Amino acid sequence: MDNYGNEIEDIEVNLVIDAIFQSYGYDFKNYFRASFTRRLRNFKVLNNFNHISDIIPFILYDSGNFNKLLNAISVTVTEMFRDPFIYKYIREKVIPYLNTYPTINIWVAGCATGEEAYSIAILLKEENILDKVNIYATDINTNSLDIAKEGVYSSEEMKLSTRNYQRSGANRSFSEYYHTNYGNSILNKELREKIIFNQHNLVSDASFNEMHFIICRNVLIYFNKKLQNRVIGLFNDSLIHNGFLCLGTKEDIRYSDYAEKFIVKGREERIFQKKQQDVEL
Amino acid sequence: MSNYKAIVIGASLGGFDVILKIIAPLPKNFSIPIVIVQHLSPDHIIGDKYNLLNTRFKLNAKEAELFEILKAGNVYFAPAGYHLLIEKNRSFSLNVDEKVMYSRPAIDVLFETAAEAFGNSLIGIILTGANRDGTNGIIKIKEFGGLTIAQDPKTALSPEMVESAIDSGKIDHILTPTEIYNFIMQFADAKN
Repeated sequence: MDNYGNEIEDIEVNLVIDAIFQSYGYDFKNYFRASFTRRLRNFKVLNNFNHISDIIPFILYDSGNFNKLLNAISVTVTEMFRDPFIYKYIREKVIPYLNTYPTINIWVAGCATGEEAYSIAILLKEENILDKVNIYATDINTNSLDIAKEGVYSSEEMKLSTRNYQRSGANRSFSEYYHTNYGNSILNKELREKIIFNQHNLVSDASFNEMHFIICRNVLIYFNKKLQNRVIGLFNDSLIHNGFLCLGTKEDIRYSDYAEKFIVKGREERIFQKKQQDVEL
Repeated sequence: MSNYKAIVIGASLGGFDVILKIIAPLPKNFSIPIVIVQHLSPDHIIGDKYNLLNTRFKLNAKEAELFEILKAGNVYFAPAGYHLLIEKNRSFSLNVDEKVMYSRPAIDVLFETAAEAFGNSLIGIILTGANRDGTNGIIKIKEFGGLTIAQDPKTALSPEMVESAIDSGKIDHILTPTEIYNFIMQFADAKN
């Protein structure tokens, strides 16, 4: 059988991307193709469609169906204190620096179901600076944001979170931060009310505040070089001078036009600090 | 000249020793890039894994990186906790999507995307393991005209993964680790 390149499906994926863009304005053109195609295939199977192109009439005539698609193709999985060594670095190196400012704005970009935003809030609380911090957490996916706002996670997830937390250089008990009921754990009200969750699309939306610290982990890996460049530019514009940027452990600023604007602080942690001035020394 | 442009390998429980047996003797100028998904527990520390492998390999062992284009001379491993995919331009991409067959990285994800990128110039090899990851990938490699090999289950520490692949009816050759080495050597423009 000659399926080389799977050319028809490729055309269908292009048509779906075009239909989404023309009717709803979301631009998936610069998402990495292999991952995006897998997600469309999963959506096709879930809805018992024969072809990926069957998605087109499904979304064009019903915006509710489009929301289903948007949520299916933009969902990401995360966990609290994922990669604990990063949180250790933030606790020991980033927070003491941030603490020199009277108020601090932190943006968790692509926050998915909220776990990283809550992890940061817990760190800040333990370092006694939560009161002077604004935490903005954004995602393109409204389903994920609803889960994030609820702050309710499964006990299974909390077990993993506890293990990560203990490895992040923490010396408190993680159970201080939630209550468990019927197999689910709800995070403390103080944490839930602290974080401002909002929809924001990194592909097309602008900066919305001056930030001291931006955390965006495992989002850029879904974007091609062109789109990564745009998003890192957006972060560069949003950060104050000397502000910090934390990316996922497999992501980097070095492929972007903005590599020279930052100093690499934690290589393994992928923590970068924006330089004092744009002028070259 | 060989027609094969990439070799993808999936291994799980017991896979490390078999990978060593197949890859370690391959010469430095072996002409086909090799990409491996080896299931790891999330607790597994991989810091010095590549140093260790590079004391044993003549080829260069490294973690597959975003945007990196596959090149001969390298043996790429999927990073722990990430699915490894191959784009149509034959470069790597990564994601943190849901686990596939309880695994991330999943062998199926690598094999399926590699099949689409390399078509009939791909060799897929499934090794020892205690689950069924890789079977769908093998089916896809075959569908796109590639060549498929399973480790002889009698030589596998844990035979489930290779048996599942063999049961799909899409395996071309069932070989011992030494035979796998000899087999892939015949396609490479290299002398040991």
